Amino acid sequence: MTITRNRRVALGALAALMAASLTACSGGGGDDGGGGGAAEGASADEIEAALQEGGSMTYWTWTPQAETQVAAFEKAYPNVDVTIVDTVGAGDANTKLQNAIAAGDGVPDVVQIEYQSIPQFQLPGQLVDLTAFGFADLEDLYTPSTWGAVSQQGIWGLPQDSGPMAFFYNKDVFDAAGVEVPTTWDEYKAAAAKIKQHDPETCIGNDTGDAGFTTSMIWQAGGKPFHTENGEVTIDLADEGTTKWAEMYQPLIDDELLCQLPGWSDEWYQALNDGTIGSVALGAWMPGILEDGVPDGKGKWRVAPMPTYDGTPTNAENGGSAESIPGAAENKLLAAGFLKWLNSSDESIDAFMETGGFPATVKQLESPEFLGYESEYFGGQKINEVLAAGASDVNEGWQYLPWQSYANSIFADTVGQSYLDKTSLMDGLAAWQEENVSYGTEQGFTVNGG
Amino acid sequence: MTPFLVAFALMIVTPLVYSMYLSLFRNQLMGGTTFAGFANYVTAFTDPKLWDGVGRVGLFLVVQVPIMLGIALIAALAIDSGRLHGKSFFRVALFLPYAVPGVVAVLMWGFMYDDRLGLTGSVNDLVGFPLIDPYTKQWILTAIGNIVTWEFVGYNMLILYAALKTVPLEIYEAAAIDGANQFRIVRSIKIPAVRGALVIATIFSILGSFQLFNEPTILKQIEPALISTYYTPNIYAYNLSFVGNQVSYAATVAIVMGLVTAVVAYVVQLRGTRREI
Amino acid sequence: MAGYSYHRPRKSITLTVLLGALLIYSILPLTWMLFSVTKTQPELLSSFGLWFSGDFAFFDNVGDVLTHDDGVFLKWFANTLVYVVVGAGGATVLATAAGYGLAKYRFRGRNAVFAVILGAIAVPGTALAVPTFLLFSQWGLTNTMWAVILPSLVSPFGLYLMWVFSAEAVPTEILEAARVDGSGEWRTFFTISLRLLAPGIVTVALFAIVATWNNYFLPLIMLNDPDLYPLVLGLYQWLADASGIGAQPVFNLVITGSFLTIVPIVVVFLVLQRYWQSGLNAGSVKA
Repeated sequence: MTITRNRRVALGALAALMAASLTACSGGGGDDGGGGGAAEGASADEIEAALQEGGSMTYWTWTPQAETQVAAFEKAYPNVDVTIVDTVGAGDANTKLQNAIAAGDGVPDVVQIEYQSIPQFQLPGQLVDLTAFGFADLEDLYTPSTWGAVSQQGIWGLPQDSGPMAFFYNKDVFDAAGVEVPTTWDEYKAAAAKIKQHDPETCIGNDTGDAGFTTSMIWQAGGKPFHTENGEVTIDLADEGTTKWAEMYQPLIDDELLCQLPGWSDEWYQALNDGTIGSVALGAWMPGILEDGVPDGKGKWRVAPMPTYDGTPTNAENGGSAESIPGAAENKLLAAGFLKWLNSSDESIDAFMETGGFPATVKQLESPEFLGYESEYFGGQKINEVLAAGASDVNEGWQYLPWQSYANSIFADTVGQSYLDKTSLMDGLAAWQEENVSYGTEQGFTVNGG
Repeated sequence: MTPFLVAFALMIVTPLVYSMYLSLFRNQLMGGTTFAGFANYVTAFTDPKLWDGVGRVGLFLVVQVPIMLGIALIAALAIDSGRLHGKSFFRVALFLPYAVPGVVAVLMWGFMYDDRLGLTGSVNDLVGFPLIDPYTKQWILTAIGNIVTWEFVGYNMLILYAALKTVPLEIYEAAAIDGANQFRIVRSIKIPAVRGALVIATIFSILGSFQLFNEPTILKQIEPALISTYYTPNIYAYNLSFVGNQVSYAATVAIVMGLVTAVVAYVVQLRGTRREI
Repeated sequence: MAGYSYHRPRKSITLTVLLGALLIYSILPLTWMLFSVTKTQPELLSSFGLWFSGDFAFFDNVGDVLTHDDGVFLKWFANTLVYVVVGAGGATVLATAAGYGLAKYRFRGRNAVFAVILGAIAVPGTALAVPTFLLFSQWGLTNTMWAVILPSLVSPFGLYLMWVFSAEAVPTEILEAARVDGSGEWRTFFTISLRLLAPGIVTVALFAIVATWNNYFLPLIMLNDPDLYPLVLGLYQWLADASGIGAQPVFNLVITGSFLTIVPIVVVFLVLQRYWQSGLNAGSVKA
């Protein structure tokens, strides 16, 4: 594959002219960010040349908009043939990528990875450091929290979407129970009790123990339970922020104020549809899902900022993913070109947003058109104003574990049991910590267990 | 015939040998793969998660297999007795679930178990209180057992029925002339006739129980906290290799489980055939 | 009442009722499915499972299934046919040949082979999938149709069944007589044994067809390309699409797709059912 790439690089100069369009929108220049990856890298001109020359590549994704985006890309670069492989969901995607890398065969050229799973592939050296392609220049395009998620001692992907959390609620349910929109978690708990009292069949929200949600909630409370530096991992699931969340949340479980429904199940959609569940706190990508999956909620749902602990706005990311290039990708230069186009060109991002994607790029997030959009589903509310504002309150410095997808897989075994048996969340978190420390140690990390 | 046999053995044996080879190593995210000797086996024999799963499938086996085979046997005897209206309809209809893909079967039962949308909800509404709630710690194993029973009752019934069919009619005639009643015929002719088939059905059910995977895996998507990542040894092995990046240890677990299963199956076969003498 | 003849036993209402209960249990989920395929997505989630509700949407659902994702369902159907014909067909041929060989020809290590085969049945297939996957990827077979076909060719159970059946159904004396007459082994096999083995072959084929048709785990790990998926895996993908973040709830497609997946296999059952019973006899009797 190195040979192919070098041949492509050699052809680079030919299409310097064509490169103008791309460099213009990416904010300039082929000046390489330097770094150790120079031998692997290429300038913007060389990348553009590779795109012009063409070839075929594979793109693994579960983004519904991928087909539209790729069609537009292939129109702009008719010589490039992109094969999309639908990896269904983030969980399966990780497994498939891991297998392909282990097998050393069938590795995609560009792959969608959740922010939380990036360290898992990056630390064993399975991703290309995009610094070598000059992608450091793209930093200003993205929100700080998404850029932070892809850039830890290198650049391991380009952010596609983001999920600053927001509080989505069914106004009808709240009105019926005579409840105001909660601005703090204390108000949230009071509202939860009131809604339950009004109709015991309904509840303010649902939770049976979901790793993604819990980590985001800990993040929002200011916790930083995971920290990795130079291969040394520190886990402290009893730090101040984590404890703050657990103490706030425990009564909701003990008093059965939440519906015992796992998120994303068919019955969950049904419960959202018929007003059994009054609200969800999830990422900013939620409106599109509500529109598709909860048709009966049309006109009833609204969005508000996340409830806070003490009135100071604070937020976290929930979900969201980037696209990366695996180290074993066959066509890295072409991949770099496609990746850059995919997550930094207006054309691609607009296509992504058209069907409800929530971007990671500052320009789109701040555009008047985006902010002024009045959602019919949300009763004409300018939802993006709320959602985009939430993006700026995200707490900085959060890190996921280098084995987050494994950690999430055992969440139900540990913290999930606290939900099931209505026992102490802190105990569940301690069990989760213990399992993770032992796993990390087995996997060859130096792990400090809080 | 030998070439076929060689190819056959090769396709089975190669992955087996390869997993034995794999089981001697250790995989780490940091540090790669290193030789570990029998360390994985030592870990496996003292791994509470593995034995938790073994205990669970053991319990499942002891309860579900006899129930399923009991029902299958009664059904086979009933159909064979010729005292049934529309017996071929019964035979085909009872067998139908076997043709349903496991994924689809769990999907259907998963829907029906649902308290809010499914039939469970309708039943509970009818009696006015939550009579059955499959999605609880107490019930979930039973719920899985029910799905497995549903899938395989007809299959086992057919195996037993086929065995009953081999009994020559004259024997029954002779027994009837001797004045043997139905129960006697069942006890002294039919049950012995199906003993061999019963042993086979038991062994295959044991294999199935130890390899329990599809049903709990799909139900886990519905109720994550109820089904752990080591709920059955097979699920454990799957998670080890596909989520936990511990391919070698997964191979070890697979081999240990193969040994346990083989021993149990062997004991059953031994007991089953000894009684035959 | 006089004693009865065993040829015409009295019909028993009690027994029929008893078995009727079992019957209801067996077909209850299928009935649920029959009603469900007639419902639209919202009706599916909100109406009673065992009766019609809303518009009769069966044909719309079928249409949607066949056209969803550019008609990928038909592609999956074709793939499944390939897997079944080549995989299950091959498995049947191999099992027949090997089982017959084991039963009718003495050679050294026969018992060892038997032990290995039983052992192979005992090791959890799901866990072996990983080593198999790694092996196949070294051979460059993953994400090809071969990755699904090759492992399905191996059916220890089928081999076992054919072994026992051959021992029973083909009398060794006939083979010896044929040998004396100067008939070659192959000729003997094709002219004499094959006919005697027919019911057993149908039985093994039936089990192999069901196993391949319903195979889900192997394709799940072996295949990346949805264009190679068999039906069951495709349905699982739709199910996954229907739940999870960014879901398109298409439960009606999943259910109608499942229904369409079951129909052909049920037809195969009904067509083959007269043959396989005698095939099972020998296999199960000799434990």
